Amino acid sequence: MNNLIILPIIIPLITGMVMVIFRRNIKLHKMFSLIALSASGIIAVMLMGENKNDGIQTLHLGGWQPPFGVSMVADMFSSMLLLTTSIVAVCCLLYAFRSIGEERERHYFYPLFLFLITGVNGSFITGDLFNLFVCFEVMLISSYVLISLGGTKVQLRESIKYVLTNIISSFLFLVAIAYIYAITGTLNLAHLSVRVAETGQSGLLTIISILLLVIFSLKAALFLFFWLPGSYSAPPVAVAAVFAALLTKVGIYAIFRLFTLVFYHEPQVTHLLIGILGAATMILGAIGAVAYWDIKNILAYNVIIGVGFIIAGLASFSIEGVTGSVYYIIHDIIVKALIFLLGGTIISLTGTGKLKDMSGLIRNHPYLGWMFFIAALSLAGIPPLSGFLGKVFITQGTFEAGYYWLGGIGLLTSLMALYSVIKIFMNCFWGETYLSEDMESGTTKGVMVPIACLSLLTILLGLGAEGISAYTELAVKTLMNPEFYIHAVFGGQTTP
Amino acid sequence: METLMSLLVGLFFTIGTYLILTKSLLRIILGTSIISHGVHLLILTMGGLKTGGPPLLGLQDLPFTDALPQALILTAIVINFATTALFLVLSYRAYKVLGTDDTDQMRGNHDE
Repeated sequence: MNNLIILPIIIPLITGMVMVIFRRNIKLHKMFSLIALSASGIIAVMLMGENKNDGIQTLHLGGWQPPFGVSMVADMFSSMLLLTTSIVAVCCLLYAFRSIGEERERHYFYPLFLFLITGVNGSFITGDLFNLFVCFEVMLISSYVLISLGGTKVQLRESIKYVLTNIISSFLFLVAIAYIYAITGTLNLAHLSVRVAETGQSGLLTIISILLLVIFSLKAALFLFFWLPGSYSAPPVAVAAVFAALLTKVGIYAIFRLFTLVFYHEPQVTHLLIGILGAATMILGAIGAVAYWDIKNILAYNVIIGVGFIIAGLASFSIEGVTGSVYYIIHDIIVKALIFLLGGTIISLTGTGKLKDMSGLIRNHPYLGWMFFIAALSLAGIPPLSGFLGKVFITQGTFEAGYYWLGGIGLLTSLMALYSVIKIFMNCFWGETYLSEDMESGTTKGVMVPIACLSLLTILLGLGAEGISAYTELAVKTLMNPEFYIHAVFGGQTTP
Repeated sequence: METLMSLLVGLFFTIGTYLILTKSLLRIILGTSIISHGVHLLILTMGGLKTGGPPLLGLQDLPFTDALPQALILTAIVINFATTALFLVLSYRAYKVLGTDDTDQMRGNHDE
């Protein structure tokens, strides 16, 4: 029992609710939201320390013994994701301070932002399938509002698509929960794992696992990504960056949790399917990224490529592959936020997202240009930046598992992703300078701080990979050995 | 009883899917609403339909009913109310701004 675990949910939630009361005081909103997110980051660091020393931490709410009560479980994978979430959220918040505009601020932008983070954090630490659904909904409802806040035509049109897609996938999630409850009689993830291992993963359970895969694929934009490019290009930059960094990763986290903890008995069916979906996602995403000449679309398709690549590591289902995925998921959260913020800054400077209408920005904005270059290289996994190690491990894992096609597609699409972002770099920053500084429609004043922080982080993550390897090893160890998780939840008692 | 409920759930899903596939936004929202009822009934059916007493310690001689599906449905209903309300407001606003509730006519103004 460890009461720290609940805090990453409680702190943003309570702060957000308090902020709703003080609705007119925007300064207070800014201060509170910054403090709350920093605090949840500090707690994530503390959780990581405890995970390292004492193993997986659990909390059974109200003292109800599992599987009857609600369990919260923080293993190393969750804690690392919590920390990354907080860092990225703080950076996007800093960006939002400067760019979001007073109109949106007055309409509860900051409370909604905190509720979104509440849902994301909750999804990472819940130990129960139904609470995963609830946390998903908390996150999704906030995201529905954030995506439509401001009410421009594009936003409204895209948000209807987004809302409908997610509502339907939520229904399917409930259907899957109903079936799982009928077959196994439990919804606690650790208990599910025990029950499924006892009775064997029958064909029926495999079908349900595939239904769950479809649901999480919708949220993670794995193959079913038709809603993503439109929805992620509609909202303001800070919101789009948070969405790109976190929302798809929550779906990926759920896929990882379920297919390493519960449904790991039939990898020749489920994990092969995951691999095929991953490969298709990468190819389609890469085609989209290469085809478009609009910054927002190129970046949105790059999100899709990243999803496919992370999932490829899970498909290999080997220690190397999953290690690569853990590295890559953390890298991806940071670098997607970074490149969306950079892209948004470019759009606000030039007033357009079309690559053919811009040129030579580097003369007036050298730092912005070079940071974009770093982000582009990091996205493609060039050493020594943060994407490199993840790419190496995932490729090694897929090759060792015999999925040469999957590893090959991963490498090929990395090149295409690199081409797509370098295309932005060359068109945008090189060439003749059209715009003098006073002709620009926006400014980089104030927004460079979060961008610089994230750029520094992606460099540090690459150079300091040795430093976090102890943590990732632990994360992979708990992911690949479900008995640790089960033991932590049940505390050595016999499971009913 | 379970068979009857399954048929009812199937009927709800059919009607809901039909409505979601139409063009008018209001019908789509009604469709999601009807599907949600189907889902809730499905959870109830999957938990097992028994005529039993409440799971209390004092009542020894009655067969107990599983309380968990009801708790799950209660949560799901609340969430569903919230999303439906939000969706209704959103579509009303979209109707006001875009000038149509026909999903076909909403597209095509990408570069405004």
